[in-house]
Amino acid sequence: MTQLLWNGLFVGSFYALIALGYSMVYGIIKLLNFAHGDLYMLGAFIGYAMLSSVGVIPASMSITALLIVLLLTMIISGGIGVGIERLAYRPLRGSPRLAVLITAVGASFTLEYGVSAIAGPNPRVFPVRLQGETFDILGARVSAPQIVLMVIAVLLMLSLNSYIQRTSMGRAMRAIALDPKGSLLMGINVNKVITWTFFIGSALAGAAGVMAGAYYGKIDFLMGFIIGLKAFTAAVIGGIGNIKGAMLGGLLLGLLEAFGSQWLGGEWRDVFTFAVLIAFLTLKPTGLLGERVTERV
Amino acid sequence: MSENVDSSTAPRLIGKPASVVSRLFESKQLGWAGFAIAVIFPFLVANNYAMNIATTAVIFILLASGLNIVVGYCGLLDLGYIAFMAVGAYTAGIVSKAWELPILFTIPAVLLMTVLAGLIIGAPTLRLRSDYLAIVTLGFGEIIRLTANNLTITGGPSGIYGIPGVELFGLDLSSPVMFYFFCVVVVSLLVLGSARLGKSRLGRAWRFVREDEDAAEAMGIHTYKVKLAAYIFGAMWGGIGGMLFAAHLSAISPQSFVFLQSALVLMAVVLGGMGNTRGVVVGAVVISLLPEFLRDMGNLRYVIFGVVLIAVMVLRPQGFWPTRAYEPEKAGPDRDGHDQDDGGSGPGAHGRKRSRREHRKVTSSGQERGENA
Repeated sequence: MTQLLWNGLFVGSFYALIALGYSMVYGIIKLLNFAHGDLYMLGAFIGYAMLSSVGVIPASMSITALLIVLLLTMIISGGIGVGIERLAYRPLRGSPRLAVLITAVGASFTLEYGVSAIAGPNPRVFPVRLQGETFDILGARVSAPQIVLMVIAVLLMLSLNSYIQRTSMGRAMRAIALDPKGSLLMGINVNKVITWTFFIGSALAGAAGVMAGAYYGKIDFLMGFIIGLKAFTAAVIGGIGNIKGAMLGGLLLGLLEAFGSQWLGGEWRDVFTFAVLIAFLTLKPTGLLGERVTERV
Repeated sequence: MSENVDSSTAPRLIGKPASVVSRLFESKQLGWAGFAIAVIFPFLVANNYAMNIATTAVIFILLASGLNIVVGYCGLLDLGYIAFMAVGAYTAGIVSKAWELPILFTIPAVLLMTVLAGLIIGAPTLRLRSDYLAIVTLGFGEIIRLTANNLTITGGPSGIYGIPGVELFGLDLSSPVMFYFFCVVVVSLLVLGSARLGKSRLGRAWRFVREDEDAAEAMGIHTYKVKLAAYIFGAMWGGIGGMLFAAHLSAISPQSFVFLQSALVLMAVVLGGMGNTRGVVVGAVVISLLPEFLRDMGNLRYVIFGVVLIAVMVLRPQGFWPTRAYEPEKAGPDRDGHDQDDGGSGPGAHGRKRSRREHRKVTSSGQERGENA
């Protein structure tokens, strides 16, 4: 029982990290960034490329090396996210939804198969594998890397939250989410804020990618597809566009999945998740913490 | 709406005669020409490999014209379209194997199951915001694939094999060439059907919903029913496509129904020009044949597809062969479909863009702003 809880929370914190980016972008420009899951995949591959170019890393240094790689990956994948926004999404701002959605699918496609063309279609083994002793906490087996990764995830989420609540850029983001025209008239540089939003969201996804690579040890070019869908589910559960909702939704989805796969069997886990998504969208499309949003005409 | 504005504010466009090319593109005989090309093809190249690819391409045309009903006519983005094909293929496979029926006898079951699938996925989700719909269909596509992968009746990961070929009035049509001809006939009829649907009363309602759902609702169109109808028609087309696919390959497995396939069908529709049957057919042929020519490029070809998809949406959202957004005027040579600044726009792309642009002039004096679509 506690084991399930812990596993759920651990996986859920990954979902939450990715869901944050989804939710931020959606909250601000009402765009479903399909390529977001692929930025997670890209993050894993960037981390992979960096770590394997360094060579053999002694086990004692692996955490430090990983942290440095994590930071660099966040910057690079953030930059790529900004690039995608600039090239693919910005020219279409203001055009019909369908066009933007199709562009997002194209961006996702480009990233997935771009990586597979460069790195090859076969799964790669991540050069650094986090290993450590396991503890017993209230009957649950908890390993040291799990705790480290969870702490990193929670720190990232907390700092994002205070960034959005405290800084002027965060305030600008919230303002644009409320009323883009109004914020433009109030002198907010909307394009700059959107660029930043993409940067932060993509950086978080990239971080999650490196962490997942280091934890699970295996990465492939389609790993972002399913997890992107799940992160979206998490964002919907929490109420899309809502930062705290995304975190809550991620953790909740992790728990739901842990209990669902225990109950139905592991092979039905993804089916269960997507069924949850459909159920949520039908019964409570605003999510747990979201406000009612009407489609703007 | 913007139509009227155009003709009054843009006199420079009036009097421009339709070019030869555009008149050719609008020609009524074009469908027959396409059919003739498809029929003549086996007489030119008749080896098994070519027939195999040609049959796949023809089935792909069917899928694209089915998705065109959903995405092109009605403007609902379906990212899990291949799921309907999977439902059709598996129904055909299971039913024909279980009762040892000829595969054509499974058509009622295929239609029933795909309509059911369309209802199950459409009924709860079509009330949602349009972009939620996209992601739900994506999830649905995965659900179908994973379910097929997990159940024993569908043969699990290895799928179903030994599906019988097509037999009609005691005539065995399972040889590659005969099956190709059979597919050409079936697909031509269905493509014609989807084109006629687009011109029907229902088709006009679809286009109205695509252009402006609220206005359509205000004009008395039951938008939910209309959207559901588009979904169900799309599902049936996909299901028949799946049945042909099963008969063609005689073996199906979950790997045939991954997201990549949905994306390729979508690409065919988008590239060809959403809503225009002719464009979609050409797009489908290009998308299904191109990978054969680019086989040495490996996965790089999909990168090109992705980039092209973005480029088309950014530079030419109406597709390469756009549909006319207006009812053709018999005596109006002033507007030809390929003039970008005029009525010849893709799904809402220009009509809406224009009104927004005009709006923008007023509100923000031409400055870029964070516009919510």
